Amino acid sequence: MDVAVRPQAATVMREPSPAGRFGEYGGRYVPESLVPACREVDEAFRAAWSDPRFRSQLTGLLRAYAGRPTALTPAWRLSAELGVTVLLKREDLVHTGSHKINNVLGQALLARRMGKKHLLAETGAGQHGVAAATAAALLGLGCTVFMGERDIERQALNVHRMRMLGATVVPVTTGSRTLKDACSEALRHWVTTVDDAYYCVGSVIGPHPYPWMVREFQRVIGDEARAQCAEHLPAGTPDYVVACVGGGSNAAGTFAGFVDTPARLIGVEAAGGAPLSDGVPGVLHGFRSQLLQDDDGQVREAHSLSAGLDYPGVGPEHAYLRDLGRARYVTADDDEAVAALHRLARTEGILCALESAHAVAWVLRAAGTPELPAGSTVLVTLSGRGDKDMPTLMGETC
Amino acid sequence: MLSLRKDRKLFLPYVTGGVVPQWTDHLLALQDAGADAIEVGLPFSDPMLDGAVVQRASDQAIARGATVDAILADLDRIRGDLRVPLIAFTYTNLVERRGADRFCAMLREHGFGGLILPDLPVDEAGPVLAAAGDLDLVQLAAPATPPDRLERICATSRGFVYAVSVMGVTGERDTLTAEAYGLAGRLKALTDLPVLLGFGISGREQARQAGAVADGVAVGAAVMRRILDGATPADLGTLATEIRAGLDSAQV
Ligand SMILES: Cc1ncc(COP(=O)(O)O)c(C=O)c1O
Repeated sequence: MDVAVRPQAATVMREPSPAGRFGEYGGRYVPESLVPACREVDEAFRAAWSDPRFRSQLTGLLRAYAGRPTALTPAWRLSAELGVTVLLKREDLVHTGSHKINNVLGQALLARRMGKKHLLAETGAGQHGVAAATAAALLGLGCTVFMGERDIERQALNVHRMRMLGATVVPVTTGSRTLKDACSEALRHWVTTVDDAYYCVGSVIGPHPYPWMVREFQRVIGDEARAQCAEHLPAGTPDYVVACVGGGSNAAGTFAGFVDTPARLIGVEAAGGAPLSDGVPGVLHGFRSQLLQDDDGQVREAHSLSAGLDYPGVGPEHAYLRDLGRARYVTADDDEAVAALHRLARTEGILCALESAHAVAWVLRAAGTPELPAGSTVLVTLSGRGDKDMPTLMGETC
Repeated sequence: MLSLRKDRKLFLPYVTGGVVPQWTDHLLALQDAGADAIEVGLPFSDPMLDGAVVQRASDQAIARGATVDAILADLDRIRGDLRVPLIAFTYTNLVERRGADRFCAMLREHGFGGLILPDLPVDEAGPVLAAAGDLDLVQLAAPATPPDRLERICATSRGFVYAVSVMGVTGERDTLTAEAYGLAGRLKALTDLPVLLGFGISGREQARQAGAVADGVAVGAAVMRRILDGATPADLGTLATEIRAGLDSAQV
């Protein structure tokens, strides 16, 4: 299937409307108690993002602390096997082990600039929680992380890391006991603590300005990759750009660097949590987007082996990119992701996160078909490393 | 359209639709013990502004199969006995799912006079307002709401203005806070609509205090905790009588 680059491409992935809309998606569906807090974040982000001092502070941290720029690694053996040229954008190499740190350093600096004393965060895989706990320690802020009980069980390593970094991890025992419920609980808690606490959202979700702000903090992935591709590839840009999509932040950051090129943008959702394939428009956690739900409007639980993709909603800008036809969204299931993780480990010596393995899985499936013809060049964002998933993988047969 | 009494302080209890098999008996008991209108919760899986009690009630109702249609059908069966207005309390996604036009028309057909959507701030209310017709979309104001927004909320609200008494979620609390008094006072200066205090009001003394600064109270968690604990309609009547007495003894 062909994803044609439409003329809108030049204007998409800029600022949303003042009400935070990406087409019919986005917005700010929060209790009145949180409206002033969201406005405060919006104003502070706008001011910070146009302040060269803030920008250079953040760039400095991303370099000296997080270890950016991350490598662009040609996957030689895998490319030879597949007949397509695969380039890996290595977010697994940053400090704390996933792209989440890019966003968190931005938001934590913003929180400090706003005079806030405490970070609140929700987490699924625990990578965002670890990143938030890390940034809080670095900047001398308090940190409370909400995490579903089920995720606490399957991501025990990250729970220990957060606690060691000084964060309080609050188990969430309601609903599906995963990321969805952690988000609800973080929002409830924020209502009671808005004066001192800053809600550090972990993906391109939530009320305006979060989807936009988090994409801007993650665009460093795409901007770096664009420059690196210009060096690596004769054509300057890849034919395909692929990333996994939970809330959609590593994908949004990656796509932002290529949206104005002819590259075809592919987002890969977990088959058990694929609102862009199986959802209908709805409102959850402060924004309107595609959402897994039943006929009455009750949110359906997502089911994915990877905690970071176990979310029934998706960032509003992805729903918009899909409707525009500028990006295409596909799925990979648990088995494909596990198989892809093993194959990448053995061909390239890279043990990526289960979430990232969904992006790899699509490349494995599509390579050599009309979806990804032989001879194409494809950039894949590896959003994180697989250490956190070892207990899960050790339970699976290889 | 909500027609609320003007001759006394208003008592609006909240009941999650379908939470127990005989939930409409609870409704009627509250009516008989002095409720002036009843908020019927249409349960949502992810109630962002609700504390533990109403979350549990919502989960229990959904698990029992309390769809919107089932709740409306239950209400139709007691329609002849209902003398007080009904106000739906739910979350925006339930409206989105059916579309605002269909949703509002459905509520009107089933005799509802008002609608409260705690996750739909006034800035996002346009489509629902356009679809509401004579279904009153009640706006909420919070202690943190700045003056310019309070004006807009009062100008937009229909039926009454819901003053959220705490920066927090629904749930019982021991005392009425200073911020509740402040908010009620600011709203009273801005609007002729009734101003009702809600969130955390759980007994006679708070009802009396609230009645001194506002036109009445909404009471949710205190009702739902009892229902979840197995209270009979008569037990609820006792709570309602207490709150009624508190309101009636308020010194304005
Ligand atoms: C390694 C990794 N990749 C991807 C994700 C999914 O998030 P997003 O879609 O926002 O990039 C997560 C979330 O926890 C993650 O830990």
